[in-house]
Amino acid sequence: MFRHNKGFQVAANIIMILLSLICILPFVLLISASLTEESTLLRYGYSFWPTQVNLDAYRFLLRDSSTITRGYLITIFVTVVGTLSNMVLTVLLAYPLSRPDLPGRNAFSFIVFFTMLFNGGLVPSYIMWTQYFNIKNTIWALIVPYLMLNAFYVIMMRTYFTTNIPNEIIEAARIDSAGELRILVTVVLPMSLPMIATLGLMVGLLYWNNWTNGLYFLTDTKLFSIQNILNRMLRDAQFIASGMAGEQAAELAASLPTTGIRMAVAVLGALPIMIIYPFFQKYFVKGITIGAVKG
Amino acid sequence: MKRSHKIKRFIPFYLMMIPSLLYLFINNYIPMAGLIIAFKSVNYRVGIINSPWVGFKNFEFLFKTKDAWTITRNTIAYNAAFIILGTVIAIAVAILLNEITKRIVKNVYQTVILLPYLISIIVVSYIVLAFLSYDTGYINNQLFSAFGKDPISWYNEPDYWPFILIFVYIWKHFGYSCIIYYATVVGFDKGYYEAAVIDGANRWQTITKVTLPMLTPTIVTLTLMNIGRIFYSDFGLFYQVPLNSGPLQNVTQTIDTYVYRGLIQLNDVGMSSAAGFYQSVVGFVLVLLANMIVSKISKDNALF
Repeated sequence: MFRHNKGFQVAANIIMILLSLICILPFVLLISASLTEESTLLRYGYSFWPTQVNLDAYRFLLRDSSTITRGYLITIFVTVVGTLSNMVLTVLLAYPLSRPDLPGRNAFSFIVFFTMLFNGGLVPSYIMWTQYFNIKNTIWALIVPYLMLNAFYVIMMRTYFTTNIPNEIIEAARIDSAGELRILVTVVLPMSLPMIATLGLMVGLLYWNNWTNGLYFLTDTKLFSIQNILNRMLRDAQFIASGMAGEQAAELAASLPTTGIRMAVAVLGALPIMIIYPFFQKYFVKGITIGAVKG
Repeated sequence: MKRSHKIKRFIPFYLMMIPSLLYLFINNYIPMAGLIIAFKSVNYRVGIINSPWVGFKNFEFLFKTKDAWTITRNTIAYNAAFIILGTVIAIAVAILLNEITKRIVKNVYQTVILLPYLISIIVVSYIVLAFLSYDTGYINNQLFSAFGKDPISWYNEPDYWPFILIFVYIWKHFGYSCIIYYATVVGFDKGYYEAAVIDGANRWQTITKVTLPMLTPTIVTLTLMNIGRIFYSDFGLFYQVPLNSGPLQNVTQTIDTYVYRGLIQLNDVGMSSAAGFYQSVVGFVLVLLANMIVSKISKDNALF
């Protein structure tokens, strides 16, 4: 389009490469730190390139410590169950709201929408969940509060139903005397898979990365998700040894190569996302742009 | 007769909505009503309902302390910095990204700059620790020792933290807003650009005279929405990234960290519920105001 295009392209690419490095290099430092031998770390500190690759930290975490394995299983369970429940609740609310002739539609939409404008904050909801629902130190503490339904996603889902599912198709199914729930499951949902995948991915990310529910509601470390373990280890690196039984546990805890191990745990907490992200990048980008810019 | 028949047809829909509405009622609406505890002296043994009313006493205590001013100042000042710097950087990068012609590299950049956004703030705390740790951090041990500079005890020096927190926030979030702006820019009609080039506009002129004016409604909307949330902060960023360090609290304490510390660590329900009430109510007013202005400017972009 413009003359002198080449010089500009080179300059623009250099800036973008620098920015990309700023985004990537911190992760390189983290991974390199987790792969460096303990005594080298203590002498020279963390660096971007491991002088000698050493897998001791990972070997310890994955073989000797049950804490990490359990944390992973809990995170996976919470992410799967949480995302599924969130999607079910979202669809079951968004679909009726997308029916143009539903009596009371506006009032129900407002009930959903108002939760985006106003909220009671941490104190009342903490007291409610702990005092009246006894959620403290149960696995439900990681699944139910805050995360199981998001008004914003309900509205996005409703808009998708209204704009992408032709009313004639639903009417046709109704003439075949299919029940409403059946129409939703067999007709509407298969046509909405791209949107469900996008929202499901965003919700899954929220569950995987969530650490505040564990911070508020868990004192029993056996229920800690991987993010809660990481959170605890920031101040108490020896925590990782707490999952080990036997008399050597205390001894081992004292001699633990904690400087490298804590970085290895952080890598394990981020790795699954870093691995799947490039494959689902399209959906993540869609999930972000879809709600922010209408039209 | 006809009306009741009509309602009957919709019964399956109402049944579908029950679980979700029940969840909203419990998770969102009961805590809203629960805000009244800010006017009570909570006693768990007799229950919330039977706890005695104390009027504005909790607020009197809160606003008599220096904390009220500190947390308000920090929350608003950090958000202001995030909004201004974050917007400028995101727009600049989005326009730059749009000017790059090679599709594949464009996609790679887009993928890479979004990565920090997807990682939990806890992992980010570890990355910050890897840079700033006193004994083993990269900056003290590799960078400073190479230049013969004395190590800095980062987690005890409040002066550096406004910059550190702003940098970390922008690092984590610029990719996110950049992608929103980029998606908008990509959607612009190419005809305007062709017309501008025919009229002899150079690259800089097409950016300032075509792209930026067309981007303005999006910029205004996103900025106003951020202003509507100026009373809220990312708890993890202000609590976990500075490792909850005491000497830093004057520059890292925000309303959210204050409410958490009061409730869970100090067990001072009165003070923290007053701070939470303050946040909810002022936050609500700000959201309404921001949205009112958005709908004045462009009706399509308003939330309601």
